[in-house]
Amino acid sequence: MHSEVPPAGEGAAGNSATGNAGGAGAPGGAVSVATPPPPGRPGPRAPYRAPTAQLVLTFFLPPNLTPEAVKYDRRYRTLDKYRFISWFLAVPLVFYLLLVAWPFVQAFYYSLTDWSGYGTEFNFIGFGNYTRLWNDSQFWDATRNSLVLLVLAPVITLALGLFFAYMLNAGGRHRKNETVSGVYGSKFYKIVYFFPQVLSVAIIAVIWARAFSPRSGVVNPLLENVGLGGLTQSDWLGKYGLWVTLLVLCWSFVGFYVVLFSASMGSIPKEIYEASLLDGANRSTTFFRITFPLTWDAIKTGWIYMGIQALDAFAIVSIMIPRQGIDVLPTFLYLKAFRDGDAAYATAVGVVLFLLTLTFALIMMRVGRRDRIEF
Amino acid sequence: MSTTDTADRAESEGTGPARPATDIEEPGKRGRRPREDGGILNVFAHSFLVLWVVMAAAPLLWIVVSAFKTSAEVLSDPFGLPSGLHWANFANAWAEANIGRYAINSLIILSGSLTGTMLLGAMAAYVIARYTFRGNRALHFLFIGGLMFPVFLALVPLFFMMQNLGLLNTRPGLILVYIAYSLPFTIFFLTAFFRTLPSGVHEAAIVDGASHTRTFWQIMMPMAKPGLISIGIFNFLGQWNQFVLPRVLNVGSRDDYVLPQGLAALMVQMGYEGDWGALYAGLTIAMLPVLVVYITFQRQVQAGLTAGALK
Repeated sequence: MHSEVPPAGEGAAGNSATGNAGGAGAPGGAVSVATPPPPGRPGPRAPYRAPTAQLVLTFFLPPNLTPEAVKYDRRYRTLDKYRFISWFLAVPLVFYLLLVAWPFVQAFYYSLTDWSGYGTEFNFIGFGNYTRLWNDSQFWDATRNSLVLLVLAPVITLALGLFFAYMLNAGGRHRKNETVSGVYGSKFYKIVYFFPQVLSVAIIAVIWARAFSPRSGVVNPLLENVGLGGLTQSDWLGKYGLWVTLLVLCWSFVGFYVVLFSASMGSIPKEIYEASLLDGANRSTTFFRITFPLTWDAIKTGWIYMGIQALDAFAIVSIMIPRQGIDVLPTFLYLKAFRDGDAAYATAVGVVLFLLTLTFALIMMRVGRRDRIEF
Repeated sequence: MSTTDTADRAESEGTGPARPATDIEEPGKRGRRPREDGGILNVFAHSFLVLWVVMAAAPLLWIVVSAFKTSAEVLSDPFGLPSGLHWANFANAWAEANIGRYAINSLIILSGSLTGTMLLGAMAAYVIARYTFRGNRALHFLFIGGLMFPVFLALVPLFFMMQNLGLLNTRPGLILVYIAYSLPFTIFFLTAFFRTLPSGVHEAAIVDGASHTRTFWQIMMPMAKPGLISIGIFNFLGQWNQFVLPRVLNVGSRDDYVLPQGLAALMVQMGYEGDWGALYAGLTIAMLPVLVVYITFQRQVQAGLTAGALK
């Protein structure tokens, strides 16, 4: 076991080379008597180099255990930076890769097999699951329902959200020195509208399931009280499950968009409104020519976000709708995977759902493209 | 009449140049319109706004009121007020229907998963936002790429992976999954946030000899506090209200259910027993604390939940 003194100072070019080679070959960085270069020596000198093994070791040690020898190596700064980066990234990355990324990748593979979910045996069957889906009427029903939600829920929710947000921000009477003014109590409205957003979707689903209950619910008596007794139903959730789901979905998200659009409208400079008012614009012109274009970015992201929510709807449907009622794609997937023991088939449904989400997002991004207005 | 009106309006707006402009083209018409418009619209606006307040709050209020009714009252008179305060419902919901236990389960899970999410999310986001290294952009895309995939796609493989790891139906398992699935959005949000922070303070700390870790904890984290609060609220509500993941990964014993699962199960159970009062009491217990916290911190909560969409 040879102990070595790190080469230091000038005239040690050859020495430095040997030192380096020795460091690389030294078993396990057994060097303990590394001395720092004497400071303040004049003249040019080769940079001090710590043994590579120690550098490698340092990478895996916490900073306060860094060997003294390494600290004086000019490469230590880079090493310190990369050590920090990799230490900070390691745990999140491992969790993410293992529990998120890898299952996503696996899903695509499993969808091409006939795996039941029990045991480990399965065969590769190509696009067999997809042809099966193509001929599965239950799947098409679920897809149709999901598509109805995907088209209608964003339109209704965003329209209501925009309407209320505009009313809150510009519906107030004119006050002194203000061209547009919010209604009185707009803060209160926003607080109440936002209620459904902070509640668990499970709570919301239970509440509405109870409200639409034919025996002890409130919807039927309410219809009778306002003279629409003819509209009462004995089985709301079974027969009109899709429309009730749509209602609940919109109900729970309108408040979110009111707050979102309010923030976006609030950031529009008042001068623009003043200018338009001077030019004789009334409120609807102001809305369609000023407010709408300037909130367009928020509307677009909101639209995509709401579409994704509409394609989910899992909790609402699975809690609220009785078994003989409707299915949407996520609930169909759940049943296939965890009730019917058809794991591979279920992942194929998942792939379809993914492609649907992706197509929707891409269409929205293309359709919604406009010149960005900076203000 | 119309002239005074115009003058009045121009004055009230405090914009001098408005006056000549209005005088040139039909002063009367332009002068009066915005006012009437404002008045009518105001009534119109308010009635719709109030209507939606009723829409948003009435179902919740109905639940709270019904929680005090006996089962007979729930069935016979869904709208009426309760004959008396029937506290037994709450006792039933708490003890027999296990709402307390579900709430505690949720709290235990949340204490682990929220801490983990914030810690790991902030660490990864900080490094991605403030350090240049090979693969930085690729890593960023890898993380935020997770936002594109619906969780349902991963559900089946995830279930079997958890089973193989022995983490199915366990608390640590659920905590890890919550953390992993909250990371993409947390990192997406915090990376953007860390990038907006001024670099001068950071550089000053390095010049003063602070280590990377120390800079992170003592300089950058305090500076990122507003962002951390926003995303913290977002994650808290998201994980507290999470339904899909526990529904699939936490199906062992009913005693281990988290609150949303418990409420869904409670509805089924009370449907058999016909004890709707206890269900409503359970919902009230689950609902009120969240609403109270929300009303107290409503500005932060609204900002936190809409923060993602604004970016």
